Amino acid sequence: MLERVQPERTQSDRVMIEIRDVTRSYGAFKALDDASLNIREGEFFSLLGPSGCGKTTLLRMIAGFDTPTSGSIAVDGQPMDGIPANRRPTNMVFQSYAIFPHLNVEQNVAYGLKRLKLQGGEEKRRVEEALAQVSLTGLGKRRATELSGGQRQRVALARALVMRPKVLLLDEPLSALDKKLREQMQVELRRLQQAVGITFVLVTHDQYEALAMSDRIAVMFGGRIAQVASPKEIYQRPVNRQVADFLGGMNFVKAQIVAENGASLVVDTLGFGRVKTDKPKAFVRNGGAATLGIRPERLRVLWDNASAKFEVAGKVVERHYFGEITHLIVEIPGLEKPLSVTETNDFGADDIPVGAPIRLAYDPEALVAMAD
Amino acid sequence: MTVAAEGSPPLRVAGARRSPLLQSEAVQGFALISPTFLYALILLVLPILVVIAHSFWTQDYLTIDHTFTLENYRIALTEPIYRDLLWRSLYISLTVSALTVILAYPIAYFISFHGGRHKSLWLFLITIPFWTSYLLRVMSWKVILGYNGVLNSGLIGLGIIHEPSTALLYNSSAVIITLTHAWATFAILPIFVSLEKVDRTLVEAATDLGDGPLRSFLRVTLPLSAPGVISAALIVMIPTVGDYVTPKLVGGKDGVMIANAIQAQFGKASNWPLGAALSVTTMVIVSLMAGATVLVIRAIQRLAR
Repeated sequence: MLERVQPERTQSDRVMIEIRDVTRSYGAFKALDDASLNIREGEFFSLLGPSGCGKTTLLRMIAGFDTPTSGSIAVDGQPMDGIPANRRPTNMVFQSYAIFPHLNVEQNVAYGLKRLKLQGGEEKRRVEEALAQVSLTGLGKRRATELSGGQRQRVALARALVMRPKVLLLDEPLSALDKKLREQMQVELRRLQQAVGITFVLVTHDQYEALAMSDRIAVMFGGRIAQVASPKEIYQRPVNRQVADFLGGMNFVKAQIVAENGASLVVDTLGFGRVKTDKPKAFVRNGGAATLGIRPERLRVLWDNASAKFEVAGKVVERHYFGEITHLIVEIPGLEKPLSVTETNDFGADDIPVGAPIRLAYDPEALVAMAD
Repeated sequence: MTVAAEGSPPLRVAGARRSPLLQSEAVQGFALISPTFLYALILLVLPILVVIAHSFWTQDYLTIDHTFTLENYRIALTEPIYRDLLWRSLYISLTVSALTVILAYPIAYFISFHGGRHKSLWLFLITIPFWTSYLLRVMSWKVILGYNGVLNSGLIGLGIIHEPSTALLYNSSAVIITLTHAWATFAILPIFVSLEKVDRTLVEAATDLGDGPLRSFLRVTLPLSAPGVISAALIVMIPTVGDYVTPKLVGGKDGVMIANAIQAQFGKASNWPLGAALSVTTMVIVSLMAGATVLVIRAIQRLAR
């Protein structure tokens, strides 16, 4: 019997990066607006958001390539104000990888070590160790121009890891790879981070990437941090519609607040009736209206005479086939927008005819209240 | 195999109708470049062949003796006057190209890395001297370096020297100064282009890996801009060896270069074969020197790693 356990926390509670009220303005435009954030030691932390949300700006400020207009950044307790990028205990994996084209793999990886003038073959040993960590053993003499995209990415990783930084910064490192390689690298990156125990800060616009790899995620929009939480909480308990929408499909249902007490919220909805849900931490009441959200995969098709404690009935209006899953669009009387439902194809969801009446089961816990 | 055999006969008929020769890519390419190619052939290759042919003949008062001889090359390579002129020409062109590249690099670097929105304005400003004739530009160096020139009067005015110096004009240094100035643009442009191609994130990566500004320049920017440095050096070096006008105008007797001697052989001395031999010798030596320059810069590039 598989038991449900709380995932163990591998990282400590010690703060590695402290970002305090950081703002970065370009004239009247604020690329980053009063961001505050603590990133813990040994944590795999992701900055997630659409392009232009300020995530790369924040990463570059941690690296020292950009300076905050106001606010401060500290790494490992040390304020970074005025410290140039080359003297920070951080290393970066660039989006374009920035592999030196005039050097071979070994020379690329050893680039930062050369200056340290290590004694007695230490440099060679560390280069080989780093190459082994990224599974590039034996490719040391390969010219930089002869590498594939995935290999370039590994060289960039090895080149940063060999410096043994306190923080490794990754700027969309997987965006240039094809889907299959990207998924493989997600697993490898996560495994590598667990092995070396270094704090990783990843910038990405790919929600699945962030969900798959991170201990915690900061979701950013328009220069502001919208939510900082674990992948599960971000996905299941988004603080607002913007976060919910960005993290994948979500059905939104209008609701009227009936009662609000402590940690819970009672709302009336059309379609789902009266529902009691957890009140999100960051919930700000805005009159009597609220929004309930439910992920498409949390609605299950009820077959034949099966029944559930909580169900809604409607009519299938569209069906889209995606191989392992089928996407159904279901109209529910009383709801202004039809619900989308994803169902695995094991029981023949791909054969449900359009126009057929359908009943959907849901768990009231899957209904999440959020601010508009 | 069968499919190909079945499919090929109609293809062959089509091929026979239009000549396969005219369809070949190489022929089409040649047709495309033929005007330029003919132009180059008539005005470049033929004259060079004529010069090479002459270098193996002998001047016999007013006629040319067409019997094959290497005598001209013996004179060109062993006569002290020509040897000295050749050495001086090489020395001047090497110095000029080295100085030009060293002076042009910071300018190109500044425009490329700190030019911001005004890059094209900077490049435009650099080409402005070319709006005046080269002769005028050389003459203006005479005005600057001459006995009563700007430099002398300035130095006297400041009390640094008490009588005009004659060491400024009519020697090889004057030739070097003038040529360095004249060729600056030709060095700035190729270096600028190669610097533009240097990916700025590579410099950031070097910084990220601990290099200060100087180190990242020496280890990344400079090696990656080496192609521009090489072409700048060659672009300056090759024509300056054979420069004729500048030494004539500002060189005096100490600044005479091989081209002046060649001109004399084709002109006053009327010894075309010797002039031709001197030309061919110069061409060969310049080619060797150009090759050597490329090798040296490559070697330095490797050392910088």
